[in-house]
Amino acid sequence: MAGNSLIHISDLVTHFGDKCVHDGINLDVRKGEILVIMGGSGSGKSTLMRCLLGLKAPSSGSVQLLGQDLFRSNRKQLVELRRQMGVAFQGGALFGSMTVGENVCLPLREHTRLDPNTMRIMARMKLEMVNLGGAENLMPAELSGGMIKRAAFARSMIMDPKLLFFDEPSAGLDPITSAELDELILRIRDAMQTTIVVVTHELESAFRIADRITLLHAGKILMTGSVEEVQASDNQHIQDMLKRKPRSEAFDVDRYLSQLTGDRVSRQ
Amino acid sequence: MFVVKWLGRLGDQFLYITEQIGRSAMLLFYALTGIAKPPYKLHLITRQILFIGARSLFVILVAGFFTGMVLALQFYNTLERFGSIDLLGSATALALVRELGPVMTALMVIGRAGSAMCAEIGIMRTSEQIDALECMAIDPYRYLIAPKIIAGIISVPLLTSVFDVIGILGGYVVGVVVFGLSSGAYFDSMYAGVEWNDIMMGLNKSLLFGLTITWVSTTMGFFLHYDRKGAYGAEGVSRITTNAVVLSSIAILFGDYLVGAVML
Repeated sequence: MAGNSLIHISDLVTHFGDKCVHDGINLDVRKGEILVIMGGSGSGKSTLMRCLLGLKAPSSGSVQLLGQDLFRSNRKQLVELRRQMGVAFQGGALFGSMTVGENVCLPLREHTRLDPNTMRIMARMKLEMVNLGGAENLMPAELSGGMIKRAAFARSMIMDPKLLFFDEPSAGLDPITSAELDELILRIRDAMQTTIVVVTHELESAFRIADRITLLHAGKILMTGSVEEVQASDNQHIQDMLKRKPRSEAFDVDRYLSQLTGDRVSRQ
Repeated sequence: MFVVKWLGRLGDQFLYITEQIGRSAMLLFYALTGIAKPPYKLHLITRQILFIGARSLFVILVAGFFTGMVLALQFYNTLERFGSIDLLGSATALALVRELGPVMTALMVIGRAGSAMCAEIGIMRTSEQIDALECMAIDPYRYLIAPKIIAGIISVPLLTSVFDVIGILGGYVVGVVVFGLSSGAYFDSMYAGVEWNDIMMGLNKSLLFGLTITWVSTTMGFFLHYDRKGAYGAEGVSRITTNAVVLSSIAILFGDYLVGAVML
């Protein structure tokens, strides 16, 4: 593998039952870059994320994180590896029985022997980073959607990981909040030189944060490249993907109708 | 064609059940080996004992008292016909200690805590919280399941003994206070009738039940995503919780018979 790549996926094939999800994925993520995995729904991007996290075993192929094969590690190695990575799930996955502060502290409490005050200060620092200072004592039920996402970000960063994974950071959020999260992701990378993998289907957000974009389609990688390269690509699927979005947003009833009826009904 | 389809479905069902048994055995194994390793998670266990045990106390007190009263009422009626009312104390106590105490307590705990545990873990599964634990390198078996199983094994026998005592008290109220049996006769026949063996039997049952309830409920919730009908969201959690309650109740009643048959 290349010297400076922290994630190395080779010939990854995964199945759900008989259905093939990924058909030979090869991907490298370099140190300190933000890689955005994009694709429509059903393109296998979430499953790819689950493979990267070691939650779904592939049928064949390998995933190496920090130079270590994820699916050929024993439990102890896996624990070691996972302590160096942070994940923010789509729904936040905060634990409802704990306050925000306790949620953020949890990895520290389980993996370190720091005293409670130090942990509290560290949690506070991470929460300040995501503009949630002062929310430690709230319960997750008292937070808004954007605050939950930000708290999940803080929790994923608490161990100062080398690798960060964000699953759909802007899904279900208003444009302002999602723009704020984009800035936050950029700030995290700049502050800590973390390597970040983001799975999203939001074009704008991807173009804003990505160093490189990987486009998935029907279980294969269409292309991996910088924002400009993706925009300049003449691949039909990619252009479809870039252009289809505004079209589906402004759904034209008349055209759809005439499409169905074969132009027999003229526009009234 | 019909036969082939039917056989296929039967095979599917068989495979699913076999897989589920395998998974639940794996879960118990991981949880128990997780407990054995230090550092011990005492605060998690105490929190679960508070939930399964202490918070069930009121329900157990009420249920136990009425069960004892009903028992004494029925026994009094029956024994009166044979002129052996003196045996009321021993009959009530034996029925409570050997059978009704453990079984009723287990059923109450299933309704109160088993269903809640299953739903809690099921929701943690659907909302990716269990995945999040894995990704934080926190063993979910050790962190989530093990404290519940330990707390079940500790709490259910204690609740059972409370149920027995309060049931005997309920029987006393009906036998002595309502029907005017002498207090001495009630307790005397109890001393004579109940043996150490009977108490051990009740204790063994309740230990087994404590394990069964927590094991079944946590398994059902934890492996929610393997459900054949594709458990998803609120509907999935509610269906799995119903299954967990039904399955653990049946397991309790069957286990009750099994322990009784072995120990008698």
